[in-house]
Amino acid sequence: MRVTFTVNGREESAEGVWEGESLLYVLRERLGLPGSKNACEQGECGSCTVYLDGVPVCSCLVAAGQAEGRQVRTVEGLAEGDRLDPVQEAFVECGAVQCGFCTPGLVVQAHDLLERVERPSDAEIREALAGNLCRCTGYEKILDAVRLAAARKAPGKETVA
Amino acid sequence: MDFLRPTTWEEALAAKADQPEAVPIQGGTDVMVEINFDVRRPVALLDLNRVAELREWDLVDGVCRVGAGVPYTAVIEDLGGMLPGLAQASRTVGSPQIRNRGTVGGNLGAASPAGDSHPPLLATDAVIEVESRGRGVRMIPAAAFYLGVKRNALEPDELIKAVHVKPASGPQYFSKVGTRNAMVIAVCSFAVALHPEERRVRTGIGSAAPTPRRALEAEDLLARELDWDTPALDPALLRRFGRLCAAAAAPIDDVRGTAEYRVHAIDVMARRTLTWAWNDYLGRRAA
Repeated sequence: MRVTFTVNGREESAEGVWEGESLLYVLRERLGLPGSKNACEQGECGSCTVYLDGVPVCSCLVAAGQAEGRQVRTVEGLAEGDRLDPVQEAFVECGAVQCGFCTPGLVVQAHDLLERVERPSDAEIREALAGNLCRCTGYEKILDAVRLAAARKAPGKETVA
Repeated sequence: MDFLRPTTWEEALAAKADQPEAVPIQGGTDVMVEINFDVRRPVALLDLNRVAELREWDLVDGVCRVGAGVPYTAVIEDLGGMLPGLAQASRTVGSPQIRNRGTVGGNLGAASPAGDSHPPLLATDAVIEVESRGRGVRMIPAAAFYLGVKRNALEPDELIKAVHVKPASGPQYFSKVGTRNAMVIAVCSFAVALHPEERRVRTGIGSAAPTPRRALEAEDLLARELDWDTPALDPALLRRFGRLCAAAAAPIDDVRGTAEYRVHAIDVMARRTLTWAWNDYLGRRAA
């Protein structure tokens, strides 16, 4: 089947999509957007997180046909040209990138958190990122990065415990 | 494989009637896992995402009607005041990404004994609205909906349309044992709901029997012996309640836990949730 949807502001079409195929597969293998990573394919790791109509979802669990006519925003769509999103910048500065495999999912999920909550508490950050697994070393640098991005995006605001 | 895209409920019912083997897909959090791992290769997927009315909830004649496509995130954010037990359970489902897509309707369709929404649905006497093109609407009480491991009362041509739950008239609590704090399938779970105006307590046991189920003898015990007018929850009564809830469980040993552990945990969670609910009830009465 043919699936048409908007990705990062551009209308894209994929031909010959198998009906059981995931949105993740279409993004990576048909549209050449390998930012979203494929790890568990069962919604456990969060490395394939993308926005679907503005809501973060595991793209491995969205049937490609369900994305027809809808808006998808991937990690590739967060930066503006060469200017990184504050979350991406903070990940680089804090060394939160580590091996990098979980990073795109974490960045999208953290991006969504900071869109909704200006200065999240540590508990809110941990809960928001609970579906994104890192198998490198741990989450401290990732937490640092989210705190830094929050501080830059909403300077002067207090963290609400 | 076919990919069916109805845009209205009538079209969806027609599609299911014409092709009963079509697998409905809403959030995809169960169906896509099976397809990704080639556990299941349905002849057709019936995408319900375009049926807008399934994503709505409403208060009709004092009963909250939650469309089968309402995601857990909306249950938590919009319905937590009316349906606190279901909202608490929804909060323990998967991750934010999963809660953004997964639905109570999907949980019912999958009918896993470990589904987190089942115990609070049982404890609140929820009724499942299902429909077929040929025979119209059937209203199935939650207690009659679960037939076996991953088997429910749906006929092949039926779809789940909504869940009907009365807004809470008293405290409701949900408790779940898992091996970690997030992203975990229940080892076992328990829900309790106080219905003070009727002086009864309802229960729901999850992941500790082939189907989610109520602890009927434990409910009967409280109906007979719980004194709603004295502040103290009799410790002996509480212990008997816990034991009867545990006795209602019929778990198996599996990778997540042993049967013995699950029975013990149901006892503990039953006593704990009833204590939370009772203290809450006293606080509201005093206020």
